[in-house]
Amino acid sequence: MLWLALGICAGRSAVATPQPGQPFPDWRAYELAGDVPDTQAAKVVIVDFWASWCAPCKQSFPIYDQLQREYGAKGVVIVAVNIDDDPRAMQRFLDRLRPGFAVVRDVAQKLVAAVAVPAMPTAFVLDRRGIVRFVHEGFFGERTRAEYVAEIETLLSENP
Amino acid sequence: MKQAAVRRAFCAGAALLSAFLAGGCTTVQPWQRGNLADYTMRADRDALHTAMSEHVYFSREASSGGRGVGGGGCGCN
Repeated sequence: MLWLALGICAGRSAVATPQPGQPFPDWRAYELAGDVPDTQAAKVVIVDFWASWCAPCKQSFPIYDQLQREYGAKGVVIVAVNIDDDPRAMQRFLDRLRPGFAVVRDVAQKLVAAVAVPAMPTAFVLDRRGIVRFVHEGFFGERTRAEYVAEIETLLSENP
Repeated sequence: MKQAAVRRAFCAGAALLSAFLAGGCTTVQPWQRGNLADYTMRADRDALHTAMSEHVYFSREASSGGRGVGGGGCGCN
């Protein structure tokens, strides 16, 4: 009886997170507020889901800023997707950190639900075909930065 | 014979009722934890209250500590 009840509970969150090798949903088709960047010519796209209440997200923004400055000219586009309920909380966060990469807001939290992020923050590294190549759950400072650098270098070195 | 049938029906009914009630369970998804991450949700937000609780706990259990948890309400990382 217990297993039946638990089975019903578990069955309610059956959406799967895109894994490496799978296509990422067309995120431009969702209700995103803000300037959605054009990624048609991008060689690497990092889609990062974040919130103002998420402590590791605060740590991640300066690193993303650095990566965008370093690799932007080489075809790397970073898109930070905010999932705050309150846009003012997002704005306060942005006013403090002033990121140099694209930030959009998932107004109805539909995109984040569609990709079912397993933790906050979660970032998907996409190749030029929009295929998920790497997934980062959480953010762990220098270790995560080094992983991003290695992944970006790998994807940039690939032939179109 | 009739008693056994009644018992089986009762068990089946109880199972269905439990399943129906448990169907109200839901998982708070990682992106829905903004309220849980709020400062007011922290058990140790009031230092005086924490100190008093620790004192009572120590007096009753002859031990202290073990209250800390990693991460916080947002379940990040």
